[in-house]
Amino acid sequence: MRETSRSLVVVLAARGLAPVIQLFALYVVFHGHYSPGGGFQGGVLLAAAFVLVRLAGGYETGRHQITRRAGPLLGAAGVLLFAAVGAAAFLTGGNLLDHGRVPVPGFAPAELRSVMILVIEVGVAIAVAAVLTAIYDELLGSEDDD
Amino acid sequence: MIENLQGHYAYYFLAILTVIGFYGMLAKRNLVKKLIGMTILQSSIILFWLVGAYKRRGSVPILDERLGTADPGLYVNPLPHTLMLTAIVVAVVTLGVAFALLIAIHRSYDTLDEEELLERMR
Amino acid sequence: MKFRHALVLAGLAAVLLYAVGHLPGRGDPSAPAHRRTSPAGTPGAGTYYLEHALEDAATPNVVTVVLADYRSVDTLGETLVVFTGGIACLLILRRRS
Repeated sequence: MRETSRSLVVVLAARGLAPVIQLFALYVVFHGHYSPGGGFQGGVLLAAAFVLVRLAGGYETGRHQITRRAGPLLGAAGVLLFAAVGAAAFLTGGNLLDHGRVPVPGFAPAELRSVMILVIEVGVAIAVAAVLTAIYDELLGSEDDD
Repeated sequence: MIENLQGHYAYYFLAILTVIGFYGMLAKRNLVKKLIGMTILQSSIILFWLVGAYKRRGSVPILDERLGTADPGLYVNPLPHTLMLTAIVVAVVTLGVAFALLIAIHRSYDTLDEEELLERMR
Repeated sequence: MKFRHALVLAGLAAVLLYAVGHLPGRGDPSAPAHRRTSPAGTPGAGTYYLEHALEDAATPNVVTVVLADYRSVDTLGETLVVFTGGIACLLILRRRS
């Protein structure tokens, strides 16, 4: 990777901003039931925080958050989490993605739907954040592969 | 005429934005500039849907205890917002794939000029 | 800019500006998008979502309910598109050794 000069201001700003953005991303994901937000928006915010750290500190710093190898794997994990919720209702006799039929005891169907929506949003957020970070890594990343 | 402009100025603006996006895709020779035109075009379509979903005195589609669920007319239609939410993410990912293709093209041909590429691919 | 490009763009601009001027005004509550029923007389989807979201899924944010429950198959496909885009990026740019 080409040696780039790191500005102190940029590094300090990224160091201060990145945790705030990550916290806000989690808030957006988990408060999506009651305010504007949800998996896509939260995932994009999370990816923005990861990319900010990579822009300021390079991949050597960013790899401590999420490594290059983990990007596609986490993306697949998010999609699989989503698909697993759908398959859980499908395999126990309901329609695909009919959240009221997911076999979890102790919930009324409406509450179960609410919980499963949250699970789906988390899956979407993981997938979007990981995939966007992976795209950034591939577009601008270093040559060495680890 | 003035009344029509008052109710439709956002639509006229978005129509012009669409044409600007098409201009970028059609007339520019550099592939990156074509991509910028595509992004402008996508943004104009998304904004068009969101302007269409706006309703005077309509609240955001988050059910509020004070407004109740009895009268859906108090809220704006949630469907366009949902559709555009997914469209935005897909637009970002298509942009990523397009940039990857451009990088691959630049590695092979060392140029992103459309005419030169067509000349050399012949 | 070549002449034929200008011609195509001028035609597009004319068609778009003409069509857009005849849409219902911005924020008009009687526009088809905001009516209770569609022009064909069937109940509109948006009205159904707003009326039933709270009892169906116990979630006040209707956009979230539509995204992850009523139209969740759409969202599943869309997440797959995002994942596929990422994988395509990787496959295009990975150096073949």
